Amino acid sequence: MLHIQCPHCGELRSEEEFHAAGQAHIPRPLDPDNCTDAEWGDYMFFRDNPRGIHHELWVHATGCRRYFNVTRNTETYEILETYKIGEQPQVNGKPVVVAKAIEGETV
Amino acid sequence: MSNVNVYQQRPTSAARAESPLFHAELDKLAGRSVGSAGVTLREKKLRGHLVLRGEASDTGFTGAVESVLGLKLPVALGLTVKGETSLQWLGPDEWLLIVPQDEEYTAELSLREAIGDRHISIVNVSGGQTLYELTGPGVRSVLMKSTSYDVHPSNFPVGKAVGTVFAKSQLVIRHTGEETWELVVRRSFADYIWLWLQDASAEYGLAIAS
Ligand SMILES: [Zn+2]
Repeated sequence: MLHIQCPHCGELRSEEEFHAAGQAHIPRPLDPDNCTDAEWGDYMFFRDNPRGIHHELWVHATGCRRYFNVTRNTETYEILETYKIGEQPQVNGKPVVVAKAIEGETV
Repeated sequence: MSNVNVYQQRPTSAARAESPLFHAELDKLAGRSVGSAGVTLREKKLRGHLVLRGEASDTGFTGAVESVLGLKLPVALGLTVKGETSLQWLGPDEWLLIVPQDEEYTAELSLREAIGDRHISIVNVSGGQTLYELTGPGVRSVLMKSTSYDVHPSNFPVGKAVGTVFAKSQLVIRHTGEETWELVVRRSFADYIWLWLQDASAEYGLAIAS
């Protein structure tokens, strides 16, 4: 059981009070009528799936019922920070690239 | 005052009001003799519940609320109580106001009057939830069985209120006195929580107060 800091409640709460809600920091196209199908498709459907540092949207479902952001390491499940919507993460990093050891395959 | 249609939602005629625990007939159970009761449960039924939303950093808004209720808007996880009126933090821009039965309509009118045309919302949720009060030396043990949240007084002092998981459901726990706690229960979960509490308090002795 993880303990997650809710930036609104201001204390650590148990994991079962939260839900993950996908990738964070996805800006909606400012003028949807005039963006290309590709731009709209990217916004709507395409998400990163990194191995390593990932910025995610979570919701404190049983507590204050507010959304906030989480920086999480998808390899270790370690939560490095939580911060409010509109704020920027302090922890950034490139996803870990793992070379495949299968012979004959280039990465 | 904003152009919002506020109306009396509680029947003023002789219509029978049924609380979410009406079917449990707590009035009859209240007469039962229990040996030593570690837990005493009372439904604080048919109160006026209003959900108030507004900008916490706007002193015009917070001041107006304070002038009407005589209560300060609490900060995170706070609960302020004055007599039968209580104001509880639900979120960074959201509070729960509970007033005695029949007072929610006038409370809403005077709040809207004082707040003026600011961007706020007041929603009457009286029919959607109810309040259970648990008193006694066994209550903390019952809560410890029911939630993963730490209810030790060092973490959960009087005047704190948290929304958390409870049994297989969710509700708000409020610490109102040394051995007194309140649960804000949604109407559709009222029966389940009532059944759960009966089972969880059995070993300490459960008395019902009306
Ligand atoms: Zn929270």
